[in-house]
Amino acid sequence: MECPQFIESYRLSNGLLVVFEPMPDVESAALSLLLPAGGVRDPAGRCGTAAILSEMFPRGADGLSSRSLCAALDNLGLQRSFQTGSAHITFSAATTADRLTDALPLIARMVLQPHLHDSDFEPARDLVAQGLLALEDEPRQQLGRLLRQYSYAAPWGNPSEGELADLELITPDDIRRHHQQYVVPQNAIVGIAGNLDPTQLQSTLESVFGSWQGSAPADMPAGTRPTSPFHQLHESAQTHLGLAWETVRYSDPRYYEAWAAVSLLSGGMSSRLFTEVREKRGLCYAISASLSTLRDDARVMAYAGTTTERAQETLDVTVQEILRLSEGITEEELQRCRARAKSSLIMQQESTSSRAGSLARDMYLLERFVSLQEIHDRIDALTFEGVRQFVIDHAPKSMVLVSIGPQAPDPGCLPQFQ
Amino acid sequence: MKFQHCRLPSGLTLIAETNPTVHSVAAGFFVRAGSRDETPEISGVSHFLEHMAFKGDHRFSADDINRVFDEIGAKYNASTSEEVTMYYAAVLPEYLEQALELLSALMQPALRQEDFDMEKNVILEEISMYEDQPSFTCYDHIMATHFSGHPLGQSILGSQTSITELSAAQMRSYHSSRYHTGNLVLAVAGNCDFDQLRELVEKHCSGIPSGITQRAIPEFSPQHTVSLLHRESSVQQHLMQMGPAPRGSDPLRFAAELLSVVVGDDSGSRLFWELVDPGHVESCDLGFSEYDGDGAWMSYLSCAPEDASTNLERCARVFAEVNAHGVTAEELEQARNKVASRIVLRGERPMGRLSSLGSNWLYRQEYRSIADDMKIIRSITEDQIRELLQKYPLQMTTTAGVGPLSTL
Repeated sequence: MECPQFIESYRLSNGLLVVFEPMPDVESAALSLLLPAGGVRDPAGRCGTAAILSEMFPRGADGLSSRSLCAALDNLGLQRSFQTGSAHITFSAATTADRLTDALPLIARMVLQPHLHDSDFEPARDLVAQGLLALEDEPRQQLGRLLRQYSYAAPWGNPSEGELADLELITPDDIRRHHQQYVVPQNAIVGIAGNLDPTQLQSTLESVFGSWQGSAPADMPAGTRPTSPFHQLHESAQTHLGLAWETVRYSDPRYYEAWAAVSLLSGGMSSRLFTEVREKRGLCYAISASLSTLRDDARVMAYAGTTTERAQETLDVTVQEILRLSEGITEEELQRCRARAKSSLIMQQESTSSRAGSLARDMYLLERFVSLQEIHDRIDALTFEGVRQFVIDHAPKSMVLVSIGPQAPDPGCLPQFQ
Repeated sequence: MKFQHCRLPSGLTLIAETNPTVHSVAAGFFVRAGSRDETPEISGVSHFLEHMAFKGDHRFSADDINRVFDEIGAKYNASTSEEVTMYYAAVLPEYLEQALELLSALMQPALRQEDFDMEKNVILEEISMYEDQPSFTCYDHIMATHFSGHPLGQSILGSQTSITELSAAQMRSYHSSRYHTGNLVLAVAGNCDFDQLRELVEKHCSGIPSGITQRAIPEFSPQHTVSLLHRESSVQQHLMQMGPAPRGSDPLRFAAELLSVVVGDDSGSRLFWELVDPGHVESCDLGFSEYDGDGAWMSYLSCAPEDASTNLERCARVFAEVNAHGVTAEELEQARNKVASRIVLRGERPMGRLSSLGSNWLYRQEYRSIADDMKIIRSITEDQIRELLQKYPLQMTTTAGVGPLSTL
């Protein structure tokens, strides 16, 4: 495979880290801005502070009203969103390449100088509250939130979308303080990919972000996490099952083996879980497993949704398949994982949004960028024996089990109860 | 990008938009078969058949299909709507031949009894899964009430009862009535050479039988109805409204698309500023859906049950204001810019082009390039929006909901 890429990374005069990949074959350009102000920074008992700040960014900035700002960005065709994660509030945007350059000054004004007026606070908080209420009607999404909470130590497992009970305690001053303390250039990352001139881009970025000041706060110490199994009663049609177990993080030398192990389990429609649980037994429609990685910790997280009378069998079979993963791995099976990965890598080159997001994420997790060629070579270097040994070395000794539905399943199949 | 098309000796229509600058190629069969083509006894068969296609033909087993698609690193799947079943795969150019061979196998599945019996369980699970998603339940419910008595009102998934009672023989009969060359098109977008493509298609897809199927397109006018599905356990109230809009063949559909962005896009629209920005609702939008012989405005909102009536009144005021005074030049220009940017971004990936390529041909035997779409979007004027609103005002005939409320 040929993946010619000329990625560059540099710091602006104020320390802001930039990573850029020119993509001359496309018309668009995309940006991913990671602000180190995610949910882990929410004050104790005020979970949802970052989520409200995310809602308040677009509500006017630097003398521009909410409507003027929105109209200006819409006229540039800028597709955009703020998302609150645990480590970051991420601003993602994409449009045609020439217009992204025009949008950068507006984006900087919105992020660095949002109004954060008292009068905009209540509507923003109401929207966050409405989002949490809607989540209660969607058990599958609710399960994802719970699984994270039971898997990672606080504050990394805290729900970054907020806690309903905490929202009432949050004040406009909390939002302004959050912005002042955590929306800072140190530890923030700008990822950009697209049909742009590198020199011109650097000078635009320097002129719009160069005056941004502020220093990075200390790292967050990790606390404790609740114990599972945990079941939440819910009058749903299906029982929703979530499993999680430890694996290696993204920066680990064995990360690609961990990736291959999950790919064997759930990497395509010929993978173990899909074949054994859905195709051969017809136990469910949705079943999947994927890697979740923080900078300092990582889990495999699996999901299955099934009607209540079949929930126990689904859980038993799923856990059994996970535990017997090391049995009978074939070279062909691994080859399919490699093929899927390589094809995805090449298709990534067709999407500026996906490249901008990956570049910024790699800079955060690894403190360097990763070319598609490097990923390609690491995947090619995977050996059958290496992957099998990884699966044996990292076989789950215990698993987190979280479920939502009319009836709690018996957790007896989990490795810690064997 | 270059568009070419041909009809093969088997009667199969092949359309392709080739582009040497992209890295992948996407191919898909678009079959004119969906829930509107079913009778009540076989409700859900189109979607169930879509699942069964992946169980293999006389040469490939179910395991083979999934295994080979994964071996070539394909991104592949299928979807079923009221009107179209679509099967697609995006691959690197060197694997196009295998992808076409597998896609062709999907068109002629063996429909084995034991696979049918096993997959029925998966379909029943899928129905249960969607029952846990109130916005989906609400969609199903409003389609059934708005299009009551019309084929478009028929559920895509079918019901627990219709699926349980469906037989493999009924599915075979439905398959042979719909999956033939007169009723489908093979669309290809991305990095490939048309002459080579045509050879590959002749080699692998010539087994699809020829034939013609007519679809019933009855005239229809919706009745005013309000219908709420009471769900005590829901926290939020989900509400949808529908009203008549231009049909799929109407040139006004482009103006309708732009109007729905001005009035109901998820940010910066009239509904956004009236309902979402002030925090009255969790979400609120307006969309435009085009069908064979019909069209509909469709709005959605979810909010606290006690605010539902007030929020519906707010929507009604927004619609009435637009019906009376149209939209401003600034609003229209913003909508044009938004839509133009979406067309460019979506068009950068072969998978993004495939769906518009296939649908335009299946519905209208028409090819539209990105430039064609940009041109028409740029050309829509306020006068055309006024003409649209005179013919199809934002007047919702049908209201449906899911949640704690039993009345509004």
